[in-house]
Amino acid sequence: MMEPLLKVENLKKYFPVRGLLRTIGYVKAVDDVSFTINRGETFGLVGESGCGKTTTGRTILRLVEPTSGKIIFNGKDVTKIRGEEMKEFRRRAQIMFQDPYSSLNPRQTVFEVIMEPVRFHGIPVDDPEEFVIKLLESVGLNEMHLYRYPHEFSGGQRQRIALARLLALKPEFIVLDEPTSALDVSVQANILNMLKDLQKKYGFTYLFISHDLGVVKYMSHRMGVMYLGKLVEVGPAEKIFENPLHPYTQMLLSAIPVPDPDLARELKAKRMNVEGEPPSPINPPQGCHFHPRCPFAKAGLCDKKEPPLIEVEKDHYVACWLYAKS
Amino acid sequence: MSEPILEVRDLTVHFYTYAGIVKAIEDVSFDVYKGETFALVGETGCGKSVTSRAFTQLIESPGRIVKGKVIYHKEDGSTIDLLKLDEEEVRKIRGKEVAYIFQDPHASLDPLYTVGHQIAEAMVVHNTVKDWKEGFRKAVDILRRVLIPDPENRVKNYPHELSGGMKQRVVIGTGISNNPRILIADEPTTALDVTVQAQILELMNKLKREYNTTLILITHNMGVVAEMADRVAVMYAGKIAEIGSVDQIFKNPLHPYTQGLLRAVPNPLAKIERLDAIPGTVPNLIKPPKGCRFHPRCPHATEACRKEVPKLKEIEPGHFVACHLY
Repeated sequence: MMEPLLKVENLKKYFPVRGLLRTIGYVKAVDDVSFTINRGETFGLVGESGCGKTTTGRTILRLVEPTSGKIIFNGKDVTKIRGEEMKEFRRRAQIMFQDPYSSLNPRQTVFEVIMEPVRFHGIPVDDPEEFVIKLLESVGLNEMHLYRYPHEFSGGQRQRIALARLLALKPEFIVLDEPTSALDVSVQANILNMLKDLQKKYGFTYLFISHDLGVVKYMSHRMGVMYLGKLVEVGPAEKIFENPLHPYTQMLLSAIPVPDPDLARELKAKRMNVEGEPPSPINPPQGCHFHPRCPFAKAGLCDKKEPPLIEVEKDHYVACWLYAKS
Repeated sequence: MSEPILEVRDLTVHFYTYAGIVKAIEDVSFDVYKGETFALVGETGCGKSVTSRAFTQLIESPGRIVKGKVIYHKEDGSTIDLLKLDEEEVRKIRGKEVAYIFQDPHASLDPLYTVGHQIAEAMVVHNTVKDWKEGFRKAVDILRRVLIPDPENRVKNYPHELSGGMKQRVVIGTGISNNPRILIADEPTTALDVTVQAQILELMNKLKREYNTTLILITHNMGVVAEMADRVAVMYAGKIAEIGSVDQIFKNPLHPYTQGLLRAVPNPLAKIERLDAIPGTVPNLIKPPKGCRFHPRCPHATEACRKEVPKLKEIEPGHFVACHLY
């Protein structure tokens, strides 16, 4: 269980900002991020828009090429692989996108949508129709849907089709990039439960990216919190929710509206003062990126030196000067 | 507390599309009391936005208000039916006595005018200020009221110079510029990050207390409802399913849809082994299911549910439900 499937080491992705003639700066979308995901577990990645969680997911799959750093998948460095090796990696590591309206080709029937990657990877299939029907059944659809087009389906059903398409390739690792953000809560619950069931059945490893803390808690074994391209806290999901260490995590948790009126009233009294908005990642603040919004910021330290990610308790890491020696 | 400011009766809106008549809302009735926060909740397409827009006849072709009454209690105690007014008369009320805040702050603001101009315009149009000069002066006050730092200079900014959270503050500013008696906020924080959402919700509560405004909050987020609302109406497929106080709805939900909705939300503060999903999807409103519109997805559906439309019944004081179980 505790065997790592994916190791990310010092991953960086900088996007150049071009001026008239030359590059005038960089957006440090992912800035020196390291974490591991164990086989069969779900690693949740949370943060607000623009914090780099999606870029992290895409860089790991090399859908965008990393600026530097290492991605080790199954004990093998995949940062530089090409050709056949890359093709095999693409099969084993899949992604499910947020928007079910743009991730399916509107001109293909469900059958074609699912069979295209299967043919591309040369996976032998005896009876394609039966093969696709089996897949559809495993995601709660059926043979009736085989020759329909994406526009005939609701958002939740489209996400099921996207899921069936990647199941066909028998991947080991799946990046789930806000898979339910476009869906209503009643449909979301169905998809989340299905993802959990599939994980149990096939032993999938998930990287679950979301801005919804409730969903991340429900899905994740371990999780990381990102702020402006940096991981500020990593640890078991339960521990982070019980005992958030980083002031940003604390702020994030105290800002979620809880669906319980009694608890909401109680929390209102002792709610942390939430202030400010995430600054631009083009010109992040010096030192700890969070210091301008942090109620505990120490002048001369937090605004000067970047805090290292240190292990505070077993498997629970935080990057904050409150817990580290300068 | 129980003095009504708005009485909605049998409100029905249809959209005449090529595919057929979309029965967006049918026979929606409820009261909104003076000074309260009334939440309209439901999933995509349930008709919550259409309902709120119909109050001031903000329904565009091919939509039409087919029948119903919206009785508005004026400051002086007299009442009028907002749906009987002609375009000119309703315009005097819309934006002045009944103001709106919409979901997307990027779309609510005109990119070609400064934010000060847009706030001033709302007041100039309704003659609440003498001239544009006074309007601009008051715009600075309003920006201060919505807690925008440095309002004297911000007033000259264009929308693109502000962040999402700041833009939504400006939109709230235009909404409250004429001291409306009813403020309708349609998913005011859905486009924002959680930490910003917390700030905007707090701001709306503060303004509501200061000006004794009645707030009608439209949202799909049960957490936001629990934090903000005094009373709640749950809508499903164009119908009111249940109305009650926030405590009645969350602690003793009667309608199977409300029960399902509450169980489907992953609460970040609770330990959940498995979410209870509602099977099926939201029905098509061109041909809505006969009888109770929820019956195809309802675990308790009986023969009566398939045939007869349930009426809204008062089960305990102030707690109404439209379900054959009761």
